[in-house]
Amino acid sequence: MRRLFASRRRDAGTHFSGPEMRNAEREVFHFRRRLVIAATLALFAFAGLFARFVYLQVVQHEHYRTLAESNRVAIIPIAPNRGVITDRNGIVLAQSYSAYTLELTPSKIADLEATIDELATIVDIQPRDRRRFRKLLDESKNFESMPLRTRLTDEEVARFAVARYRFPGVEIKARLFRQYPYGEIASHVIGYIGRINDRDLQRIADWDETANYKGSDYIGKVGVELSYERELHGTTGVEEVEVDAGGRAVRTLSRTPPVSGDNLRLSLDIKLQEVAEAAFGDRRGALVAIDPTTGDILAFVSRPGYDPNLFVEGIDSANWDALNNSPDKPLLNRPLRGAYPPGSTIKPFLALGALASGRRTPRQAISDPGYFQLPGSSYRFRDDKPGGHGSVDMYRSIVVSCDTYYYVLASETDIDDTARFLGELGFGRKTDVDIEGELTGTLPSRAWKRARFAGEKYREEHRKWYLGDSISAGIGQGYNSFTPMQLAHAMATIANDGVAFRPHLVKEIVDVATGEARRVAPTPTGRLDVKPEHIAFIKNAFVGVNKEGTSARAFADAKFTSGGKTGTAQVFSLKGEKYLAHKVDERLRDHAWFIAYAPADKPSIALAVLVENGGFGAQAAAPIARKVLEYHLLGRTAPGPAATMPGAAHDADDDESD
Amino acid sequence: MKAIATSRMSAGEIASRVWEVLTRNLDPFLFTCALALTGVGLVTLFSAADQNIARVTSQAGSLCLAIVAMWLVSNVPPQALARAAAPLYVAAILLLVGVALFGVVVNGSRRWLNLGVARIQPSELMKIALPMMLAWYFQKFEGRIRWHDFVIATILIVIPVYLIKRQPDLGTALLIAASGFYVLFLAGLSWKVIGGLCAAAAAAGPFIWTSLLHDYQRERVLTFIDPGRDPLGAGYHSSQASIAIGSGGVIGKGWLNGTQTHLDFLPERHTDFIFAVFGEEFGLIGNALLLLLYVLLIGRAMVITANASTLFARLLSGAVTLLLFTKAFVNMGMVSGVLPVVGVPLPFVSYGGTTLVSMFIGLGVLMSVQANRKLVRT
Repeated sequence: MRRLFASRRRDAGTHFSGPEMRNAEREVFHFRRRLVIAATLALFAFAGLFARFVYLQVVQHEHYRTLAESNRVAIIPIAPNRGVITDRNGIVLAQSYSAYTLELTPSKIADLEATIDELATIVDIQPRDRRRFRKLLDESKNFESMPLRTRLTDEEVARFAVARYRFPGVEIKARLFRQYPYGEIASHVIGYIGRINDRDLQRIADWDETANYKGSDYIGKVGVELSYERELHGTTGVEEVEVDAGGRAVRTLSRTPPVSGDNLRLSLDIKLQEVAEAAFGDRRGALVAIDPTTGDILAFVSRPGYDPNLFVEGIDSANWDALNNSPDKPLLNRPLRGAYPPGSTIKPFLALGALASGRRTPRQAISDPGYFQLPGSSYRFRDDKPGGHGSVDMYRSIVVSCDTYYYVLASETDIDDTARFLGELGFGRKTDVDIEGELTGTLPSRAWKRARFAGEKYREEHRKWYLGDSISAGIGQGYNSFTPMQLAHAMATIANDGVAFRPHLVKEIVDVATGEARRVAPTPTGRLDVKPEHIAFIKNAFVGVNKEGTSARAFADAKFTSGGKTGTAQVFSLKGEKYLAHKVDERLRDHAWFIAYAPADKPSIALAVLVENGGFGAQAAAPIARKVLEYHLLGRTAPGPAATMPGAAHDADDDESD
Repeated sequence: MKAIATSRMSAGEIASRVWEVLTRNLDPFLFTCALALTGVGLVTLFSAADQNIARVTSQAGSLCLAIVAMWLVSNVPPQALARAAAPLYVAAILLLVGVALFGVVVNGSRRWLNLGVARIQPSELMKIALPMMLAWYFQKFEGRIRWHDFVIATILIVIPVYLIKRQPDLGTALLIAASGFYVLFLAGLSWKVIGGLCAAAAAAGPFIWTSLLHDYQRERVLTFIDPGRDPLGAGYHSSQASIAIGSGGVIGKGWLNGTQTHLDFLPERHTDFIFAVFGEEFGLIGNALLLLLYVLLIGRAMVITANASTLFARLLSGAVTLLLFTKAFVNMGMVSGVLPVVGVPLPFVSYGGTTLVSMFIGLGVLMSVQANRKLVRT
């Protein structure tokens, strides 16, 4: 009814245009106008949206496509396998192996302690692991994952995998570990790797290798691991993976495999090294054995050593303190960084210098009263043998190690001439061996003394060179101090008739992929400007030392010919060190030296042995040298020392003289 | 009618009779557009749900329910709706008060009322109740509407808006305020007043900013202005959605191939951000087609509104139409980064049974209005 009414009203409106009817019409009209306005606005709004879509999907499409790609694609570096280090015969000295680690990303974990406590219920976590993790935490940025436990067992991996959902920010990773099967043996040669720290990062940046170390956690810290880091490391591979918003890899898009680092074949003979280290027993000291014809280092001993395996995962503080605070200084690389007065081992080199300069002929002899006095001085430089050696020529001066002969020689020789000649033999210079940290030692000269005692602390008389300084230096004491490396190198040079080779530890660098080996070519670094007959004469004297001289007893019945020289270095730098009374005595004892080469006619090995506080060189050092030479020349098949050799028996002439 | 439906009718006749009853009030154009949009929603949902068919079937179930609801409402004449308006409004207000007193807190907001059998969200009810109430009120005073009627209408709007805003649910409060405003606008609210309101809103801006908005709401607005200020926090949703749409390009990455979608970068990708999924996989062409569907749907609804017979029907269907537009616009604007992030689903497309049913009920209202438009002329 109402509708009919309304309808009629409307019809009426068209005919009569009454006020009410006009009202209704106008109302509809107004309503429609408003509706049209609203529709127009809505259309504009949609047009605005469409413009926005065009902006996003056409104008800015590239930008957003890139963003979506970088959301989606993660570049994951794949660390290359580190090269294997072997000895010259292929025996493995350092290798990498893969093992599972339990890693935590601190930034993703709210309560680290609680998480670790809970993890401890699943895998074995020792207080040591916690301490090490704390230390890592302090050292690194929070957004990288760090190992809490390494070398998980398969069972632990399985147990964690089951409980994984409870531990966001904790994951199991396969990582490469470094292992040094020989432990302490040759530890100072091989060195070790450790986690990359800020200083290493700087070094990597200097090499311009930052990208290549993206996936690497470790870097060589010491030894060959350090000096051949760039060969050993290899080229990091890249894996492009698709990741979801949680950072989980969904699938692999592309993969550039890593290129393994080069393998190193050392010149070292690990069996010889073992023999040498064993020969030291409990004694401290150093030994360097070199093939004089190539510069190959055959053995390189620094006793005591340390276990490099301790350092790989970050050494814990107990072990570190033990190594770092030990008075035996196991971390000191003695062949390179131990500088000791050469004692009498310097005498043959000085004699050669005297021959070369023409100051002495082999026949020239002195009469040794048992001491030497400078003109106008009552001070007596004593010979070791009270009463003296009588008439001593150059050969005998070396064989019996006559001090007076060299006091006289020194008094007649300018120290700068001596320094120049010894310098040519490599004393006071780095030998450029291929591991880092080598010291130059001290080769005294006038200029050296001036520089050494420069500054306000010293007066002019401290800087002046005195004849007395020359006399002490003349028997290898005084200011002289050289490294075992330098002595071995000088001995090798003489053994090789004056041709010096750069000593080196790495013999071959082997490309793992191609099998191609780059040999480290023997590099002659110089020829001594000495007549061959002079070298022959000195070599003969070296042979005489082992045959009838100071070390004849140590080389009695040897089944090979050899040359050698004993030496004793006075220990004078112990003032101020506090050792227990009974230890003081031992540590104040002289250092024992022995340098040698063999076989006498065609030397294939030259070496220097130093035994700290070993006393006489002949007693402490020469037997070690003999064992090494014996093993090298005769090998394990060598008959025991009891077997006799014709003509090997000689009387030891005076072997208490140094 | 009963007399005609005798047992002597053939099966075919029964079927055609049933069909006629079923489709009598159905507007094919409106219904086709809505089904097309829902179809787009289902297709996109399959991708957004990582091809989990369960979600799609669940949504399809909701669609059946929604169509039934639409059919029922389309068969309720507008006068009946008008009679129900006031009681419905009062009931909705009471429920909102109930929420404020006994509501269940979910995610920090008190929006739900636990009625024992089911939890209901009275603000959803208010979305239809308020425009009905206002339309009824204006029809009651049709022809003699004065300025004070607008004041009373404003009060009718402010009460539910305030109650919903303090739940807090700013998005719904704004939508309801908008639906109320649409009725006022269509009822002829003076342009001077509209201008005045705009001026007042601008003037009150700082006050609204400091006193009425919650921290998280301010954060959303700030983030909207500069999504880069907190790309991993509040701006994350917006940035990732823009990346999704932008990376889709003109032709899109293809169905099921959206990387943003399938690698979990898109938040809320079944519901409020489903448009980002669509935009990433179907590109600008898809977006244009989707906009076209909305334009057709809303255009048809406008035509129905324009032809409505009574003031109540005009105002109600007008409000329903404009609210539908508003939701679509706000959602797509939010997802494409031109509006702040507010929780508004995309009509017919977003996953969620409640919204789908309420959208189809809105269509039912429009169909009812359309079906009853000619009564005046018979």
